[in-house]
Amino acid sequence: MARIGVFICHCGENISATVDVAKVAEKAGKLSGVAFSVDYKYMCSDPGQTLIIESIKEHKLTGIVVAACSPRMHEGTFRKAAEKAGINPYLCEMANIREQVSWVHPKSDATTQKALDIVRTLVEKVKKNVALFPIKVPVTKTALVIGGGIAGIQSALDIANAGHKVIMVEKKPSIGGHMSQLSETFPTLDCSQCILTPRMVEVAQHPNIELLTYAEVESVSGFVGNFDVKIRMKAKSVDMKKCTGCGACSQKCPTKKIPDEFNEGMGFRTAIYSPFPQAVPNKPVIDRDHCTWFTKGGKCGLCKKICPTGAIDYETQDEFRDVKVGAIITATGFDLKHADFFPEYGYGQFKDVIDGMQFERLASASGPTSGEIRRPSDGKIPEKIVFVACAGSRDKAKGIEYCSKICCMYTAKHAMLYKHKNHEGKAYVFYMDIRAAGKNYDEFVRRAIEDDDVNYIRGRVSRIYEKNGKLIVKGVDTLMNSEPVEIEADMVVLATAVVANIGAESLAQKLHISYDQHHFFSEAHPKLKPVETNTAGIMLAGACQSAKDIPESVSQASASASKAIGLFSSDELTREPIVAVVNRQAPPNFTSCTGCLLCMEVCPYHAIEKEEIKDRAGNLIKVAAHVNAGLCQGCGTCVAMCRNKSIDIQGFSNDQMMSEVMALLNS
Amino acid sequence: MSEQFEPKIVAFVCNWCTYAGADLAGTSRTKYATNVSIIRFPCTGRIDFMLLMKAFENGADGIIVSGCHPNDCHYTSGNFHARRRWIVFRSLLDFMGFDTDRITFSWVSAAEGTKWASLVDETTEKIRAKGTFTEFKKLDYSTLEKLSNDAITK
Repeated sequence: MARIGVFICHCGENISATVDVAKVAEKAGKLSGVAFSVDYKYMCSDPGQTLIIESIKEHKLTGIVVAACSPRMHEGTFRKAAEKAGINPYLCEMANIREQVSWVHPKSDATTQKALDIVRTLVEKVKKNVALFPIKVPVTKTALVIGGGIAGIQSALDIANAGHKVIMVEKKPSIGGHMSQLSETFPTLDCSQCILTPRMVEVAQHPNIELLTYAEVESVSGFVGNFDVKIRMKAKSVDMKKCTGCGACSQKCPTKKIPDEFNEGMGFRTAIYSPFPQAVPNKPVIDRDHCTWFTKGGKCGLCKKICPTGAIDYETQDEFRDVKVGAIITATGFDLKHADFFPEYGYGQFKDVIDGMQFERLASASGPTSGEIRRPSDGKIPEKIVFVACAGSRDKAKGIEYCSKICCMYTAKHAMLYKHKNHEGKAYVFYMDIRAAGKNYDEFVRRAIEDDDVNYIRGRVSRIYEKNGKLIVKGVDTLMNSEPVEIEADMVVLATAVVANIGAESLAQKLHISYDQHHFFSEAHPKLKPVETNTAGIMLAGACQSAKDIPESVSQASASASKAIGLFSSDELTREPIVAVVNRQAPPNFTSCTGCLLCMEVCPYHAIEKEEIKDRAGNLIKVAAHVNAGLCQGCGTCVAMCRNKSIDIQGFSNDQMMSEVMALLNS
Repeated sequence: MSEQFEPKIVAFVCNWCTYAGADLAGTSRTKYATNVSIIRFPCTGRIDFMLLMKAFENGADGIIVSGCHPNDCHYTSGNFHARRRWIVFRSLLDFMGFDTDRITFSWVSAAEGTKWASLVDETTEKIRAKGTFTEFKKLDYSTLEKLSNDAITK
């Protein structure tokens, strides 16, 4: 027989001013199953909690209802008090008679009656409550970082420095990401590689970090603290242990005319290559799509002959590695919108219309022009450059409504770099708005305009075409009555839109994390959970979530790392037991579940799996649903979906909800 | 003059948006009718529509179902399931000749305290105008007895 205690709080006068608390306490005391009922000025205060604890002990209560504020406010407080009194904390419920009664209704009989109705409802619910115990899951204290750009590097180093193992997976032959391609960085104009490469080396040499380059995530299963990840190690054709990175192979490789991705196609590389001089690891791989040994069936073989350590092996195949990790940080970065997207700007048609990343390579000391800004068509130094901001961004017609965020700043930087190298040159920037919110950002743009004499024209460019060896840029100046502007430029740089990485969607599907319509990964909450995803244990870092600059990517990476470190701070994870359970029965029935698996289809967390129930001889008896408590977040969508009530959710069970409905309506 | 009819309305709401929105109405001291009482669910996706029928059977005159706005669901997609289920359920009720206006389906976010208050007031007025819900009511034992007695005496 249930012995329920009801505790009515006055909350000073917050409740008692409009609700007749004494009457509620009196009437509640007469409800069936209620063994004790009392009202008190402040239930959440120390004496209030002591009253609850003492009453539970004295009256041998089997459950309590605290009628006070919202459970969102003090549920934790009172559950702890219940626990202190020696009963299971989940045998405590709160009746919200402040936020949803006393604060929204005037003093009246109806208000008191509503408070009583709610108390009765919760009394009936708590009678059906059962003791629940926090779910403990073990934690594998290793993190997987997907992506070796600046965000991934920051996360990996933070976690590794906190003393945990990290596995970093990078799909390219070297880590470094987009930042390694940049010339200088805003707003300080310090050299990108100078600040990045030491961190790349640190990653490679860190005893806690295992670096897997030329590798991709193949599949992910499991749940927070216990992910099983299969990693595809693409065949490098070079034995990393034997290779010393001398570079003799790339020098002798006869296939020399492959467009160099690192230089954004403005240069060539060989088939056996290391992407850039400071690459980490600085050991080459063979690009099998271009190497004649692979394309022409065993011809050439020069690199193998020349390699002093015998590291070349054409026979290697893709290999798979299975790893167990407790947390995953996704730092896969971004891409820029490419050529065919801008036919009106002649991008991809005119050699001297380039994008921002190509300009970075031109301005970079390690780039194809050794840092001299020369136009790609004839290598001449341009006298006039037009920069077009928002090329694609904030353009509904292009399907990209969002702001790419970094372009205002890097365009100002590009214009400055150009002016610093060519004092006589003229730089024009077409822009929509200047968005330079950030520490020292607006000052930086003002420097470009005021000190470096960059011409900023507010307006959009409608068309770019070639005439007499010049690029004619036609646009308008909206600050001059929208007068048409025409500039004869030698080179045009488009600040093309930041877009999600190719393959982002398929990775999201492997990880079971959500992504937005532009394929950027979605955070769990835009404000309060900006680095977590909806899948517990998977965090986001950098531009894979949305367009971000370096400082923002780094801060998010550190935030993600701290989430992983927090996760690793104990050997076991404790989770709220508000999870779905499949009803179990004694053999030969085992469960009432018929195995229709509608629940599996609607579960947003992929927490429900098919379970095969077998007898001792191993014969299949039936197929039923099984809930993985580690993944279940307790939404209960499966419960409403189940046709024969075989699945239920703890804390909000069918029994509890039905009791509430009945109690509320049957006074 | 008789007292005005006070309908009984049950609100089935999700914990993360509408329950928090109703709390916000409280913290903002926004006044509204006393006729609506809330039952808290983790998510609108959890709401089994049989519970709605049970509520009507047991004397509810109207029902509100409310959760997070589309795309705002704490559990990503629970509210979409609720919406889909509601669309199917509504046409079934329609087919049965049930007055579906007695059920109000709405989205109220955690920031929409005033929306919650006006939803409650509007729904109360609407149901008040409709009067007591009499169809599909559970027959109590005495009514059953009377009915059978009547049948016998006839």
